[in-house]
Amino acid sequence: MKSTNGLGAWLEERVRWSQLTELGKKKEVPQHGHTLWYYFGGISLYLFLIQLVTGILLLVYYSPTVDGAHSSILDIISKVEFGWLVRSVHVWAANLMVLAVLIHMFSAYFMKAYRRPRELTWLSGMALLGLVMAFGFSGYLLPWDELAYFATQVGLGVMESVPLLGGILASLLRGGPQVGELTLQRFFALHVVVLPLIFMGALGFHLFLIQLHGNAAPPSFYRQPAAQRRTIPFFPNFFYNDLLVWLICLNLLSFLAALYPWQVGPQADPLQPAPAGIHPEWYFMAPFALLKVLPNLGPLSSEHAGILLFSLGGLLWALVPFWDQETADGRRGRLATYAGLLVLVALVGLTVFGYVH
Amino acid sequence: MPEDADRTSREARGAPPRRRFFERLLEVVVAGYFGVILYPLYRYLASGPKLVQSVEVTAVTVGTLKDMPPNTAKMFRFGGAPGVLIRAADGTLHAFNATCTHLNCTVQYRSDWEKIWCACHGSRFDTATGANESGPAPRPLLSWKVEVSEKGEIFVTRA
Repeated sequence: MKSTNGLGAWLEERVRWSQLTELGKKKEVPQHGHTLWYYFGGISLYLFLIQLVTGILLLVYYSPTVDGAHSSILDIISKVEFGWLVRSVHVWAANLMVLAVLIHMFSAYFMKAYRRPRELTWLSGMALLGLVMAFGFSGYLLPWDELAYFATQVGLGVMESVPLLGGILASLLRGGPQVGELTLQRFFALHVVVLPLIFMGALGFHLFLIQLHGNAAPPSFYRQPAAQRRTIPFFPNFFYNDLLVWLICLNLLSFLAALYPWQVGPQADPLQPAPAGIHPEWYFMAPFALLKVLPNLGPLSSEHAGILLFSLGGLLWALVPFWDQETADGRRGRLATYAGLLVLVALVGLTVFGYVH
Repeated sequence: MPEDADRTSREARGAPPRRRFFERLLEVVVAGYFGVILYPLYRYLASGPKLVQSVEVTAVTVGTLKDMPPNTAKMFRFGGAPGVLIRAADGTLHAFNATCTHLNCTVQYRSDWEKIWCACHGSRFDTATGANESGPAPRPLLSWKVEVSEKGEIFVTRA
């Protein structure tokens, strides 16, 4: 591609930017019945960018101290112009990002996108999911309101009951004997510096692998004769579709943030009892509900049983590329699909149960 | 991308009015989106002064006369600004806004020179009037009024 206008040609000679679009043009996106799900990776990325921008904006007025945190949030939502909107967008986008990441993960799972040569794409995706959860957990404390305080107490308590490393990790995160100033400072440092740095590294690796291997298609796509497989170029066709989806996301996000602005509770007071009906954010609801319903199993306490179940399940889930490899006859591994459906139903069921119970 | 843009603009020149209309409309919508994002962004960042409670200070007490022998000075706070109260060698009292008129450093009293001096760029000011005498400072220091009560308390008020 040659640019004929002055500035374009000048830049082309110096930064060779056309190589970027050439790279995008080489990549083909498969077209099939499940193409829709491809957009959720892009949506997750887009919401991360929104978080980056709104997070930096909040950083301008937020004060990470026990005395100042809650009142600085109140200042942001009541005194700073459009501050309520910036904060509301940050919280809404955080929740939507978790949702988009989960949809992206399940779609990759059911399309068997983790199979050779994309095992590391799947594993880096699992790492990104963990980081998103860590973002949620650390960010939740920062407003220093009642719910944030108890959510952190409970979260660290669960961590503490994990044998061996749990106690060490929990006290490292807590910083002191109680959830307090030291905890807030740590969570702040994690949320705004440590996690973003790690996240961007992992995200870069994830995107690099996707560029390298292209989009994975479900096994049914590859069973078609080569001549019948339809694809479209990533650039510009799929890219423009992506932009359109991002625009829809922006509109939806503005709509939600403006009409349902996120509230902030009363300031955390360690001497007050936890309010009735307290529960974690929806994306931590499933394990929370499981801990509530699990009985003590023999020598295992219900907490240990829940933790064991979730860690083993998570480990099996993360290692799916290695136990659901492509078979010689090209038939799909039904076991993995049924396991995935079971996990999906269990997670949704436990979440709903957690809310109604 | 530039190639596509070239083609679009070539087509636009000879394009039917309806197409040209929609292209303009698209540009307006895109500009509108940037507007509705950048305007709140600016207002958000410009809200800082609203968070600082500004109580108009008109007078402050800066110690007593017996604490200030001649040829000494005392720094004090006047609202949000730093102030310097000087008892000159001849016993007279003078108060100034200690913000240097050059580049906003805070000035100090040099008893060895009996001058007000800015350490940042070496400007010197007259102790009695605050007049800029040497160095880069372009204007005299802002001077405040000093009053002494019967008990010997020193008050500084806006002149």
